Amino acid sequence: MTHAPPVLLLAPEDNVLIAVADLAAGQIVPDAGRAIRLRQAVPLGHKLARHPIPAGGRVIKYGAPIGSATCAIAAGEWVHLHNLASDYLATPGADHGA
Amino acid sequence: MRGWLRTDGRKGIRNVLLVVYLVECAHHVARAIADRHAGGDVQLIGFPGCYPNDYAQMMMERLCCHPNVGAVLLVSLGCESFARNRLLEVVRASGRPASLLVIQAAGGTRRTIERGRAWVAETLPLLAAMPTTALAPHELVVGTICGGSDGTSGLTANPAIGRAFDRLIAAGASGIFEETGELIGCEGHMASRAATPELAAEIVATVEKAARYYTTLGHGSFAVGNADGGLTTQEEKSMGAYAKSGASPIVGLLKPGDQPVGGGLYLLDVVPDGEVRFGFPNIADNAEIVELIACGAHVILFSTGRGSVVGSAIAPVIKVCANPETYRRLPEDMDVDAGRILEGRAGLDEVGAEIAALVAAVAGGAPTCSEALGHQEFILTYKSFTPAGPACLPAAAR
Repeated sequence: MTHAPPVLLLAPEDNVLIAVADLAAGQIVPDAGRAIRLRQAVPLGHKLARHPIPAGGRVIKYGAPIGSATCAIAAGEWVHLHNLASDYLATPGADHGA
Repeated sequence: MRGWLRTDGRKGIRNVLLVVYLVECAHHVARAIADRHAGGDVQLIGFPGCYPNDYAQMMMERLCCHPNVGAVLLVSLGCESFARNRLLEVVRASGRPASLLVIQAAGGTRRTIERGRAWVAETLPLLAAMPTTALAPHELVVGTICGGSDGTSGLTANPAIGRAFDRLIAAGASGIFEETGELIGCEGHMASRAATPELAAEIVATVEKAARYYTTLGHGSFAVGNADGGLTTQEEKSMGAYAKSGASPIVGLLKPGDQPVGGGLYLLDVVPDGEVRFGFPNIADNAEIVELIACGAHVILFSTGRGSVVGSAIAPVIKVCANPETYRRLPEDMDVDAGRILEGRAGLDEVGAEIAALVAAVAGGAPTCSEALGHQEFILTYKSFTPAGPACLPAAAR
């Protein structure tokens, strides 16, 4: 239906891509001249890792950190609640005094 | 664009007759008065609480004297605490036709409804006879909000609204974005856009207040539907929401009811001051829309991914749909198809220009989808604020 790329890179320093269609496991998506093979299905609007992200590493989207990896994430892996947690509200009290 | 000139110098883009209940106990009577004209420019708003609240009183004064409002009928039970006579005086002092009906004094439900309907019937011709005048871009106040967000909101509709904001503000308009609780993680970037260092410090402090408030409540603005749509964390949602503000400098920090001082971009702080009281800061999107309107917003740009269908009393709501699938499911409810950006059928600048043009059309009288469908949602609850300090509005201090 459309020839637009199936993923979106919002800022050059991001380590995730955004699916702009429902993508299937095993599908190959382009990324700056490289090809990434999806390890799981990634629904529209969801994120996939461009590069390996170590446990505790920051996940970058819009050029800004959106949380930290809760386990090692491989390139092509779906990034969501199972492997990414907020640095703010998921750890109440850690960043803010009384 | 055209507007109705009010005595305070502001101009409205609608000429609404408001029927206002001052406690839930007067809701039925007020609704019966307004229902005869349902879906048009006779609109119902109200405050449900019986106990007094300075915020609710102030909000009602601002809303009843909003430039889009031409006349006001107050409906009181009689024994509630709302300062109804003070509200009536404020509205009358603004030059608007206004009346107060007290159910316990008027002889009960049926008599009050009859008297209310008679007052509305007498007043509508007065509103219809009021002349309009040209409205310039710098006289326009535009608010923005997102609701029912998903992973597409921050990719299409929000940045497109940001482009529209840039255009409108460049033409002299005021733009207001809000919900500091949804901007946690963006405070450093916002501070870098502030007109003065003192305003930058106020912005950072207000986001820290929001973070404390939500942490105490044990909840964020994050809903289950957000995660289904691909958003994982509060700060991820924040960056996407923040895109609505565009790229203009931030010239002021408002609290609900504060009016912009000249054109430019303003941040509205909707999180109450002091210790946590009265529950959630905003129980649903319309509570935030009402606060934008109380700051003088003539029209609201509402970004939605999952597909909110709401409109509002007092000010038209333009729905900008972020998700192309949602747009195909709910086309009657959506004013702008921003999701086509994802399908390579338009760019951000093109959709931003379309939104800015639609604002002008709506300010000229064209109905939005939610207006045409009769949406007139309204929420006002208990809150408490301390006044904003002088650093929040550098232009007013000059």
